[in-house]
Amino acid sequence: MTMTADDVARIAHLARLELTPEKAALFAPQLDQVLAYMDTLGQVDTSAVEPLYSPVEHAALTRPDEARREYSRDEVLANAPETDGQFFIVPKIV
Amino acid sequence: MSDLTTKTLIDMRDALATGAVTAEAAVQACLGRVAATEPRIDALLSVQAEAALARARELDAAGPAPDKPLWGVPVIVKDVLCAKGAPTTCGSRILENFVPPFDATAVARLKDAGAIILAKANMDEFAMGSSTENSAYKVTKNPWDLSRVPGGSSGGSGAAVAACQCFATLGTDTGGSIRLPAAFCGCVGLKPSYGRVSRFGMVAYGSSLDQIGPLARTVADAAQVLSVIAGHDPRDSTSVDAPAPDYMAALKGLSGLKGLRIGLPREYWGEGVEPEILRACRTAIDAAVDAGATVVDVSLPHTRYAIATYYIVAMAEASSNLARFDGVRYGHRNRQAAELLDMYKRSRTEGFGDEVQRRIIIGTYVLSSGYYDAYYKKAAQVRRLIRQDFLDAYATCDVICGPTCPVPAFPIGGVVDDPLKMYLMDIFTISLNLAGLPGMSLPVGLGADSGLPVGLQIFGQSFKEDALLAAAHGLEALTPALPEPAGLA
Repeated sequence: MTMTADDVARIAHLARLELTPEKAALFAPQLDQVLAYMDTLGQVDTSAVEPLYSPVEHAALTRPDEARREYSRDEVLANAPETDGQFFIVPKIV
Repeated sequence: MSDLTTKTLIDMRDALATGAVTAEAAVQACLGRVAATEPRIDALLSVQAEAALARARELDAAGPAPDKPLWGVPVIVKDVLCAKGAPTTCGSRILENFVPPFDATAVARLKDAGAIILAKANMDEFAMGSSTENSAYKVTKNPWDLSRVPGGSSGGSGAAVAACQCFATLGTDTGGSIRLPAAFCGCVGLKPSYGRVSRFGMVAYGSSLDQIGPLARTVADAAQVLSVIAGHDPRDSTSVDAPAPDYMAALKGLSGLKGLRIGLPREYWGEGVEPEILRACRTAIDAAVDAGATVVDVSLPHTRYAIATYYIVAMAEASSNLARFDGVRYGHRNRQAAELLDMYKRSRTEGFGDEVQRRIIIGTYVLSSGYYDAYYKKAAQVRRLIRQDFLDAYATCDVICGPTCPVPAFPIGGVVDDPLKMYLMDIFTISLNLAGLPGMSLPVGLGADSGLPVGLQIFGQSFKEDALLAAAHGLEALTPALPEPAGLA
């Protein structure tokens, strides 16, 4: 397949990135080359192979769902770009 | 160079424990070494000088503690690890002002063991890179040749320990990011088994691949640090609930090389590897054979698919992990955007560098509807075959050895504009992360042509870091110690 600058811009939108036309044009052939390389996996017969998503296959442990107060509100808000002292503030949503 | 800073971690620890050296003197010596070397190598993103001195004075006032195996020892950690009150940037503009309110578990365990956090080390942005050139802040130079890269992504950690700025560092290894800088900088690097060390407080890149481990100047030093950071942590559900052995005792107790069966994968010892790398690695293997080891021919037939598999998995996981950087709770925010979606996009685009954006876009693509099975699921299937290759090989050998990287440290600017070529640097390191197994890079000499350090990689079996360290310890004893790094001489 050939990835165009438009394709790159469309995927970038899904990833919440906004590329300049120049950046999309720079990335398109680079991503094309990487994806073409990834396509070599098509040579491997995996019809009878279970996917391995993690080396620790049984990590879905449960624990009691208990609230713990480990940090103060001030500590949690300290890194936020904008707060009112109680909440994270974001631009208008609707 | 100060006699103090060139000590091994073990010797320094012993000197501190007997009171021959104070913690404050140890910190002062390292700060002096940082001041002397940092203008040339740029290994560090921040130095916690005041906090380190204050902690040293506290420790000195209380006196040496025999139950704390790193009492008073200055260490440096990669800037991907949260350390309470210290900037943690991940080498990214998007976290330029982030100061975590907590310690990563690995950092907390170092502190509990008496270690003093001296500084945070430079890295490729979000650990994405093989040269540390992708840092948004500075390019770290290789202490052996200041015109060359230190390897990546833990390049600051490799350069700092090689330059004797401290006695050990922590790095993280998603596809070779501890072992490659160790090879390029002439130090020991250990990637533990996936699940051996808690990842809590490490900013995630590829969550099924990432693992924290030490870089140090000797195998025993690395073993001591691993003993401190290993073990189960309820805050990381993938950290395995199995006892972590005393790795220092393993070095003394296990026999090392006598009777050790060393598997040499034919895929790692031929085409595409620089002759000087092959020669240096082969010399170390020959010495091991003279000391009683045997060599076994093994095959890892899916090696040629490892890079494609790795980058699909890593980029998919990265695109998901890095979705958290949205300009709301922490990190950079664009102030001009009038509505939320626009704020997300502008904040992320301004905050992330090119390589991070490339990986997020590819990761998003391979996870997107219609492509998931062809890329992500396919890669996960090949991943199982790659792991099976190792399990099959271990039927006939105890450890597996090969070069860490086909080439020695390359020139700054030499590869960075060709992403695929940079990915190919990881050919010999990434399979191990896909399989979740432990591995080390051990310096085995200087390349005959380049004069740069050569790393021999040793792969171990799952959760058998003790046997891996014992083999490395045996090999280390047969290998001449490296001189002072040439770029700092």
